Amino acid sequence: MGLFDRFQELRAAHGQIKACGADPFGVKMDRILSSTEAEIEGRHTILCGSNNYLGLTFDADSLAAAKASLDKYGTGTTGSRIANGSYDDHKALEQDLADFYGKQHCMVFTTGYQANLGAISTLAGPGDYLLVDADSHASIYDACRLGHATVIRFKHNDPADLDKRLARLAKEPGNKIVVVEGIYSMLGDHAPLKEFVAVKKKHGAYLLVDEAHSMGVMGKTGRGCLEHDGVDADVDFITGTFSKSMGAIGGFLISDHPDFDILRVACRPYMFTASLPPSIVASVRASLARLRAEPEMMTRLWQNVDTLYDGLQAKGFRLGKQRGPVVAVHINGPELAAMAWHGLLSNGVYVNLALPPATPSGTALLRCSVCAAHTTEQLEQVIEALGEVGRQLGIIPAEDGAGQVRAAAE
Amino acid sequence: MGMDAPTEDSVLAEIINALLPFKKSDEPITAETEIARDLKLDSLAVMDLLMVLEDKFDVSIPLNMVAEITTVGQLAKAVRDQKAGA
Ligand SMILES: Cc1ncc(COP(=O)(O)O)c(C=O)c1O
Repeated sequence: MGLFDRFQELRAAHGQIKACGADPFGVKMDRILSSTEAEIEGRHTILCGSNNYLGLTFDADSLAAAKASLDKYGTGTTGSRIANGSYDDHKALEQDLADFYGKQHCMVFTTGYQANLGAISTLAGPGDYLLVDADSHASIYDACRLGHATVIRFKHNDPADLDKRLARLAKEPGNKIVVVEGIYSMLGDHAPLKEFVAVKKKHGAYLLVDEAHSMGVMGKTGRGCLEHDGVDADVDFITGTFSKSMGAIGGFLISDHPDFDILRVACRPYMFTASLPPSIVASVRASLARLRAEPEMMTRLWQNVDTLYDGLQAKGFRLGKQRGPVVAVHINGPELAAMAWHGLLSNGVYVNLALPPATPSGTALLRCSVCAAHTTEQLEQVIEALGEVGRQLGIIPAEDGAGQVRAAAE
Repeated sequence: MGMDAPTEDSVLAEIINALLPFKKSDEPITAETEIARDLKLDSLAVMDLLMVLEDKFDVSIPLNMVAEITTVGQLAKAVRDQKAGA
């Protein structure tokens, strides 16, 4: 058997998707015009799948901070924190984040993927138990495979199911760590954190929450779902990323645990990869400062969420159940979703095509993400383009009837 | 071990029952049937199946075991072993 033979099925599936007219996983952005617009194949395109929730990628303060840092510190650190040392900004960013979350400790990683990989694989050791939500992000599943703990999966967003599975482990001596996400990246639904906290307390377990999609989005000051649900004090570990609302790249782990710092010399995805370039660290510090100074940015984001969610619902699309900056449009089957995705791109709208196994329960999605910097006109264009493509492909009724019926019933 | 320790046959029968929706041909599902190759379960479907079996037999079946399970018979053995160890 040849080295690449086992990818035959994957290659066939990818080929079928590409047959929609373009490769959804190989889009080339020719120019980035702003946090909400790009030029793709000569076409002016609205970006509605970028996770750039606060639109800070071109924030003037962040750009200035990054440029100044480039001149001062150079392009990269050329090594890991433990090998090449920390720059003052690495330390300062960790302090900023710890302050922001009101916790003692913070470790910054090079990506959010690595933050999950490092935190989860290192915190749970041999004999310990990881209880992970069934719809967890790939970084959480990969972390489970990297570590040495026993891994049990519980039903998505189902505290009663977690309770049942923890009860089965009651006699096992190992530590139990529950892993959930604040907002789920594909369907945009939120974990019921209050209920999860009650279950983890009942069983003496720890709780880790990945706030990747909820930092700068949820909660009065943007700390995420734990702030929104009022469970700050009960969450033992928080992970997150700078690649979404912070508009850059990087990840973090936060906790009040008194022995936290030993992780810096135990956590392999922290120790054996180069640390963030100082210019990135500077831009994240500026973006975080902006969020702390102006949490009202989130108000605009949520107004935009309403515009897109209500608009698409009125067109008759089947959406993810919980409203939020991830707006998932359900499409029947990967091929139809790929055709719709391509139709949108041809009409100057970029969204994410999300297919199994990256999506839960085999669903195909056009995954939209809302940005605080989207104008109402842009979002209306997105809604119209989706409506047009949806009608052409029979995803929604030919007449814009569903919305009228629903509006009449309300 | 509890009094309700399932017999070899009862576990196998339950698993075969749970796999019936995935049957791809008239060939009966047996202990030798390969879960991925013959029934085309992807990794997600296998994990979902484990959850169902955990509840059916009130046992924990760690995801760590998935890599070692190829056939229906191996899966049945895994369930029995976990039940015995519980
Ligand atoms: C829930 C979740 N966690 C972690 C990550 C990883 O983030 P990063 O892009 O920083 O690696 C992502 C994004 O891909 C995510 O959706």
